[in-house]
Order: sequence, then structure tokens, then C-alpha cells
Amino acid sequence: MSNLIILIPVALLMGGLGLAAFLWSLKSGQYEDLDGAAWRALDDGDDKPVT
Amino acid sequence: MSCCAPGTEGALEFEKISHGLPTAEELWLSSRELGNGLRQTDLSVPKVYCGTCITTVEQALKKSPLVTRARVNLSTRRVSFVWKEEANGVRTNPAELAALIAATGYDAHLFTTAEEVNDAYRNELIRAVAISGFAAANIMLLSVSVWSGATDATRDLFHWISGLIAGPVLIFAGRFFYRSAWGALKHGRTNMDVPISLAITLSYAMSLWETIHHGPHAWFDATVSLLFFLLIGRTLEHVMRDRARSAITGLARLSPRGAMVILPDGAREYRPVEDIRPGDRIAIAAGDRVPVDGKVISGLSDIDMSIVNGESQPVAAGAGDMLQAGTLSLTGSMVVEATATARDSFLSEIIGLMEAAEGGRARYRRIADRAAQYYSPAVHLLALLSFLGWGIFGGDWKEALLIAVSVLIITCPCALGLAVPVVQVVAAGRLFQNGIMVKDGSAMERLAEVDSVVFDKTGTLTIGRPRLTNLADTRLDRLALAAGLALHSRHPLSRAIVQVATEAHDFAEVSEKPGEGLEAVTPEGIYRLGNRRFACPQDADSAAEREAASEVVLSLDGRLLQSFLFEDMPRPGAQKTIASLAKSGFSSIVLSGDRAPVVKELAARLGIAEWKAALSPRDKADYCVRAGEAGHKLLMVGDGINDAPALAAAHVSMAPATAADIGRQAADFVFLREGLEAVPLAIEISRRAGRLIRENFALAIGYNVFAVPIAIAGYATPLVASIAMSTSSLIVVVNALRLNRLARLEEKRQEDKAGSGLPANASFA
Repeated sequence: MSNLIILIPVALLMGGLGLAAFLWSLKSGQYEDLDGAAWRALDDGDDKPVT
Repeated sequence: MSCCAPGTEGALEFEKISHGLPTAEELWLSSRELGNGLRQTDLSVPKVYCGTCITTVEQALKKSPLVTRARVNLSTRRVSFVWKEEANGVRTNPAELAALIAATGYDAHLFTTAEEVNDAYRNELIRAVAISGFAAANIMLLSVSVWSGATDATRDLFHWISGLIAGPVLIFAGRFFYRSAWGALKHGRTNMDVPISLAITLSYAMSLWETIHHGPHAWFDATVSLLFFLLIGRTLEHVMRDRARSAITGLARLSPRGAMVILPDGAREYRPVEDIRPGDRIAIAAGDRVPVDGKVISGLSDIDMSIVNGESQPVAAGAGDMLQAGTLSLTGSMVVEATATARDSFLSEIIGLMEAAEGGRARYRRIADRAAQYYSPAVHLLALLSFLGWGIFGGDWKEALLIAVSVLIITCPCALGLAVPVVQVVAAGRLFQNGIMVKDGSAMERLAEVDSVVFDKTGTLTIGRPRLTNLADTRLDRLALAAGLALHSRHPLSRAIVQVATEAHDFAEVSEKPGEGLEAVTPEGIYRLGNRRFACPQDADSAAEREAASEVVLSLDGRLLQSFLFEDMPRPGAQKTIASLAKSGFSSIVLSGDRAPVVKELAARLGIAEWKAALSPRDKADYCVRAGEAGHKLLMVGDGINDAPALAAAHVSMAPATAADIGRQAADFVFLREGLEAVPLAIEISRRAGRLIRENFALAIGYNVFAVPIAIAGYATPLVASIAMSTSSLIVVVNALRLNRLARLEEKRQEDKAGSGLPANASFA
């Protein structure tokens, strides 16, 4: 019983952290362009296409 | 102006037209001021699709010292860039920035500014999903401990924590359902959200009461996971509509945003369309659309009316002629006196007709609402009966209340709430892959009921662009001469000649005579390309006016060199589409504003028996209304401004991406590809979706048939309820996903079929 006093808040806190992180990412516009983000991850920004 | 050597200005003009770039004035009007002398412009770039596209467009913009920030959004196919209003005291020309994008080969155009409020609503929904998901997971964790044997103080503690988590979530995430249920009840109606709201509220209240009294059963997990599942359904539905809407608003805007007004003192000022008053004089250049109804004061031009009245051939207009808003000046520049404001122009007449016609669609009730109409009274009655039954025969009214509430919880239409949206989201995804946008789910339900298909002619059954038909008996050197002249015009017939020509003779100077044709003075003589009366004046009388086909003649000093014949090109796959529609039992009808011979010819060629020509917008809408009253369910496919009332009046409607703005807004479906195959495909997918929805209803009701007796008998514990609800929801979702599998099987079968006919192609397909 006594370990529950610690474990439950810890579980809730960790879940809450995840939730907060998600809400932050939603607010900062990270889900505005999912298709674009997939491509941008591949762009190194140094090798320009030969023109 | 009528004389234009292929100099820089002409070339630039041509560039502008071919890319459909917005003008500098339009860009200024549509840009948003950010302060500090910065402005932001959002343009639609429909052709970006990959990582390289992003880099190319962004780099092209960032190269300019005027641009401070540029970002491409690949999901919405838009680019947003911030630019300085002026640099070194020179006012920026935003058209140059748009030209930077065009120079990379990607079209860029303005889009109709849609309400961005929807974005906020979507984020609200996603936030609610996240929070209810978090709560559901945590409460489920605690509930599992209770189910596995936690007792006494531990159980009470777990119940209390669950209750504390569920309470705020109920208010925050449940408000979507409460609001909708309240809206329905206020109007004396009932919808799916009424039983949902009732179930989540009662289950929470009862669980709280149990918790306070140290009871063994609390339903907090049911309350919150119900919310979680239902919100997922609702969010999916919203995202689907959002995606379609952003794809549609991303299409080029056809109606002009403003016009160049000539002030009394001769100065010119660019004004937004709303600020143009009757009596204002407007300068219309070749390639401009007429912004408001007006009368031509001076100048001559060929007017393309196809989008306004379905007439496929341009009409010459000169001083004194009336022009309707939305028509396109092709060849010459004119000064037009506005006779109406934008609000009173031809377009507003159409909007009035549309509003009058929309009754039928507003009366349509969604299949889920129709189900709720029977479902919710039945469920509430059942709960009441079990309450009375247990109260009277069992004698324990508290026990009776518990059982009545558990009946409500277990019948809460979780699977029913998911049954429709999940199928429709999957179906919309399939349509999206095939270039068809769906405005909302009810459109698919209506499309599944359709029994006949009505087509507009110009721009729908046809591409709206003429095609040279006598290429085979045309001498190539003559074609090159004609192409050399035609290069200097945007008349659709000239464009058609340029398109098929492999080389073009180089003329030093070409002049265009609006309404007549093109002329070039050379050492060999005067070359003319245009109508017969203009090119060969002496035998104009002998030339019979052709009705169905249009003709352009090339002459040298009045002697006929070559005659070119044109006709409007049917959309690719039009014939096959009509045939396949006929085979599936749909009757096809052509309703056109064009002249009878042209319509008859095309109808005969495509194998459509029923056609009506020379119809006004009102006639078209009336036809749809009458058919609706006679019990027919019409699918209207049209593109023009004149089709908009009919699109609104028909049971369900479709428009190609090239349609007028208002036509796209009125239509339920917009298809982006050129081929007409989109029509039978959309019907097929909608019908299949309809079938799956009915299956899902059957599954959800079948689940209730099993679960309700258990609840009435008093054996429904929270564990039983949550297992039953989750499985029924999962079954419904899995059943909806079958749509993808069915479609894939179908594709495979078709490929096999095509393979047997064309073995050489199929091996590479």
C-alpha cells in the first residue's frame, strides 16, 4: 500500500509529461505539414542539385 | 496594343498567361501585412510533391534579397513567404517574386482564402483526443488493478483517483457531444449525441455515487474510453473534410480579385472588386476576366463565355456590347463601363438561384441521424423498462437504478458512433488517391443513392479546348506558317494550332484583329489567319457557315492556302465512362447552354440518347428540381458558372478542378484528374462504403442483442462492459478497413484483365 503512494503519482506524472509534450508539439505547429517533414528529414542542406 | 512584335513585353505577357501567374496588384491585395514593412503572401503550388520540390521552391525564393522567409507546406501544397514592402526606396513588385517560383517550373497561384478557423477546431479536437487518451490509459491501469482483486481502502483509493482524472476530462473532451446534443434537443430533434451524452454523464454520476459509498463497481473507465473512441471518429471525419477543403481551395482562383479602374482624370488605379461602382470605367487587357457586368465603351475582343453559359466558341464583342462578369477577354483590350456592382452582377444572380435551389440537400438527413432517430428512443425506453421492472418485481429501487444505468452504458452507441465516420474516412482516402475530393461524408451517402447522371457539355464532357481535326490532310509547311501567326494570339483556336505544330515560321510582325484573326505583312504578301470572311474576303459569301465544327483559314493575299477544322475535344475516357455508366444501369443526360447542333453531335458521338441544348442556368436548376420531385436521384456533373444552380439543386454533384470557383464551391465532389472515369469510380466507392456502413450497423446492433440481455439481467460489471465495448468498436473499424482490401483485389483483377488483352504492356505495368 505504501509503495502505491509513490508509484501512482510517478505513473501519472510520466503520463502527464508525455501528454504535455504532445500538446506542446501540437501547439508549435509540428503537425501542420506531415508530408513535408518526412522529406525535410532527408535534406542535408549541403548537396545542392546540379543545375 | 494590337500590334505586338515578339518583344519582351509580349513574351512576358505570354509567360504570364501560360503560368496563370497573379498580377502584382492582386498579390498586393491578397498579402497580409506583418508590420515592420514586411508582408506575407501565401500561394498555392499544386505541383510540389517531393523533397526536391521543397528545396527548389524555397531556394528560388530565398535567393531574392527581398524575401526574408520562405516555407513550403507539402501537405497543403502551398508556399508562404515574407517579403519587404520596399527595398532601397523602390516599391517591391510581388509579381517578380511569384515569377521566381514560376521560373523553377512550378505553377503558383492565389487561392480562395478559406476560413482558417477550421484549423483551430481541428487542433481542439486533437487536443481532446490526446487528453481523453491519456485519461483512458491511466484509468484503465487503475481499473485493471481493481478487477484483479484490489479491495477495501486500495479499491476506494483507485476509484477516487480515477474519478478525479475523469471529471475534468468529461467536461473538457465531452463538450463536443454535450454541445451537439443540446443543439439537437433545443430544436426538438434527437441525434446520436443525445444517448452518448446521457450515457457518459450518468455513468460518471453513478460511479461517483458508488465511490462515495465504497461500492465495488465504478464505471470511470467506460466513461473515458467511450469519449476517447468517439472523439477519434469525430476527429478523423473532420480531418477528412479539412483535407478535401484545403485541396479545393488550393486550386487556382478564376474570378478576379480586382480591376484597373480608369479615373475621370485619366489616372489608373487598381481596386478590389467590391469597390467597383456602376459607372466606373475599367480597363480589360487581353487575358483578363471581366470582374463585374458592364458595357463595352471602346475596343474589340473575342470573349470566351464558356464558363458563363457553356457556349464553346468565343464571341466577338465591341463598343456597345454587354459583358457578363466572369467572361474572359481573349484577344484585345477594351474599356468597359461597369453597370452593376460585384454584388449585383450576373454572379450574384446565380448565387440567388443556388440558395433557392439548395432546399433538397438541406433536407437530406445523414444515415447516422436516421439511425439515431430509432435508436435513442428505443434505448431510453429499454432502460426505463428495466428500471421499472427491477423496481416493481425486485423491490430494490437502488438496485433497479444501477441496472438501468448499466443498460444505458452498455447500449451507448460507441460502435454506432464509429460505424459511419470510419468507413467514410477510408472511402475518402481511396477517392483522394484517385484525385477525387469529397466535401463531406453525407455527399458519399447521397452519391450511393443516385440513379441517373446529368452532364454539362462544355468543360465537363469536353475539355473545353478545341482540337485540330484535319491534321492528316494538312500540308506541314502551311501548318508551320499558321503556327508562326498563331503564336501571337491566345485565341483557343490559335493555341490548338500551335499545340500540334512541330515548327513555326518566324514572322517579324504580326497584328491581331479581334473578332477576325491575325495578319502578317511580309515581302511575299499579306498572310492572314482567321475566319473565312477575314482571310478570303472575296469568297466569303460562298462559304457556308458551318454549325458544328469551327474553321480557321490561312490565306496569302486573299488566296486560300489551307483550311483548319476544329472541334471541342471530349474528355479522355468520356465514351468509356458513359458506356460503363449505362452498363451499371444509370441513364446519362446532357444539359448544355450551347447551341443544339453542337450538343446533338457530341451526344451522338458519346452514345447519350437524351440531351437538351440552349438552357439557361435557371432551366438547368429547374430540370434538377423537377427530377428530384419526380423521385429521381440525380448526380449533376458540371463546371461552369451557369451550372452552379444545378449543382446545388441536384441530389449530389461533381465538378472538375477546372471549374469556375463557384461551381467548385457548389459541388460535393471535385475531381482533379482530366479523365471522366472519376464519375463511375466515385459512385462505385460510395456504394461500397454504403454497403459497409450498413454492415457496421448490423454488427453494432448484433452486439447490442447480446449485450443488452446481460445488462438487463444485472450481470453487466464494468469489466464485461469495457470488453464488450472495445471489441465491438474494433470489429467495426476492421470491417471498415476491408474497403481498402476490396479495392486492392479489384485493381488486381482489372490488371489481370488488362494483362490478358495487352500482354506487352502488362508485363511492365
